[in-house]
Amino acid sequence: MVNSYPDKDIKMLEEMAGKVRRHIIEMIYGAGSGHPGGSLSATDILVALYFMEMNHKANEPEWEDRDRFVLSKGHAAPALYACLAESGYFPIEELKTIRKIGSRLQGHPDMRKTPGVDASTGSEGQGLSMGIGMALAAKLDRKKYRVYVMLGDGENNCGQIWEAAMSASQFKVDNLVAIIDRNKLQLDGPTEKIMSLEPLGDKWKAFGWNVLEIEGHNFREILAAFKKAKDTKGHPTVIIANTIKGKGVSFMEGAVGFHGKSPNKEEYEKAMKELGVGK
Amino acid sequence: MKKWELKNQRDAFGEALIELGEQRSDIVVASADLSCSVKTGMFAEKFPERHFNFGIAEQNMISACAGFAAAGKTAFASTFAIFVTGRVYDQIRQSVAYPKLDVKIVATHAGITVGGDGATHQMIEDLALMRVLPNMTVIVPADAPETKRAVMAAAEYKGPVYIRLGRANIPVCTNIQECQDFEIGKASIMREGSDITLVGTGIMVAMCIEAAEELKKHKIDAKVINMSTIKPMDEKTLIKAARETGGMVTAEEHNVMVGMGSAVAMTLVENFHVPMKRVGIADSFGESGTSDELMEKYGLTVDHIVDAAHDVMKRRGR
Repeated sequence: MVNSYPDKDIKMLEEMAGKVRRHIIEMIYGAGSGHPGGSLSATDILVALYFMEMNHKANEPEWEDRDRFVLSKGHAAPALYACLAESGYFPIEELKTIRKIGSRLQGHPDMRKTPGVDASTGSEGQGLSMGIGMALAAKLDRKKYRVYVMLGDGENNCGQIWEAAMSASQFKVDNLVAIIDRNKLQLDGPTEKIMSLEPLGDKWKAFGWNVLEIEGHNFREILAAFKKAKDTKGHPTVIIANTIKGKGVSFMEGAVGFHGKSPNKEEYEKAMKELGVGK
Repeated sequence: MKKWELKNQRDAFGEALIELGEQRSDIVVASADLSCSVKTGMFAEKFPERHFNFGIAEQNMISACAGFAAAGKTAFASTFAIFVTGRVYDQIRQSVAYPKLDVKIVATHAGITVGGDGATHQMIEDLALMRVLPNMTVIVPADAPETKRAVMAAAEYKGPVYIRLGRANIPVCTNIQECQDFEIGKASIMREGSDITLVGTGIMVAMCIEAAEELKKHKIDAKVINMSTIKPMDEKTLIKAARETGGMVTAEEHNVMVGMGSAVAMTLVENFHVPMKRVGIADSFGESGTSDELMEKYGLTVDHIVDAAHDVMKRRGR
């Protein structure tokens, strides 16, 4: 199962992830602020969604039957914007306007300003609820589209996440997949030190969810999990994706300091080099 | 005391929802374990597949309604005013108002007329909270018939709306005029007059009408305005009334610091300044009691409006 994806697909995704990571570093460096750590940890999952898993049309962002994506951890906006630009929702050139006055690319996702953004997020804890509303609407309309919601692991501190978790299983929202970017760090430090989440999978299981745990930088595992989620009826699925905060840039990996800080010039150059620029 | 026919705004809301449910398949309704009290239960009975009870989890309810709206539905979320404003302010701000989604928040049991439940259940600052949100429309119907018309109008309008309703059976006062469609942002003149203007909202409209009748005995001819949309406010009607009558009294079942009266005052100060007095709850919490006792104790009776009118007239040297 895990090995059934053609090598060329996996290679395409890996190359795209490289591009997206470079966009992320350029955007945040250019803006002088932003969240590199959580954008880099979420990158591979987002790339798998936008370039393999989801049905969507860049030339028709409001297509009614599209799969929906809600970035509940809105601070990973650079990763989302890079995927949208690479998909063709807007020019790649525009990425450098992020966080600048008058830009369509706000610091956190804005569904009214950016083509392809399905939900306005940024205040932690609200995206899963929004996804539930969308998924229930799909059922009412007898539509086949699916809803993907990405949560941060720190976001699991929020009470609303558990209100939403309860209701998704109550309403049997099996057309919704939550993905937890389990990079084990939140703004102030390690999640287990700030507000312990473990045993996280057991908690979601206790709330009635189908729980899958994967390595979140392995495309075969990511895609296999989406497939398993699709095959699960009657329950919502949560994918706990074990990731590395800052993945791809050695000095950002596992570094709390790069949760919400832009690299300086030297760090920027080093990061871009590590991500394959000039090779 | 005038003999009024009494009706309940919540029943009118429930009836409106059923009509909407019959007319439109894109209407969904959300409750938070109070569907019987807020009358969304009437909709639930008729359209069970389109009603969602989120339990005592208002934050989830509001954001889920944002999700419904983002997927093309018109979502009504209803629970007590105390639970659907302060407790979920961030969700309303971020999930609903900012993306201007088609979510209608219908808050019942607003104000001190909730009675015995006491201050923890008496929401008297919701108009302030909702008024300052960009993209939010704020409506306070004066009675049951106007509630139904307002709910229908809100469903027609695309975007976030907050509708404030009370618990009790209250006077039917809007049927004195021809029954017309509710126009968001349009105040209605309940009574013409030339000496002073009484501006009421919600249950205070009927009291303003009574106060006008009382003032007539003192040879004061009061105009009465029903300010049923708090935002956007009908500034044109207000300024015209200020010009024509030269004095103004506002009356609301809300913290007087930051409700309808303060919005009226701001409008007048910047456009046509006249002597004015605001009737409302002084900056304090409520308490347990019957609604009549509380209205008396917190300064929300016909007499309080009449006194305020005399005060304004005195300041004008009459």
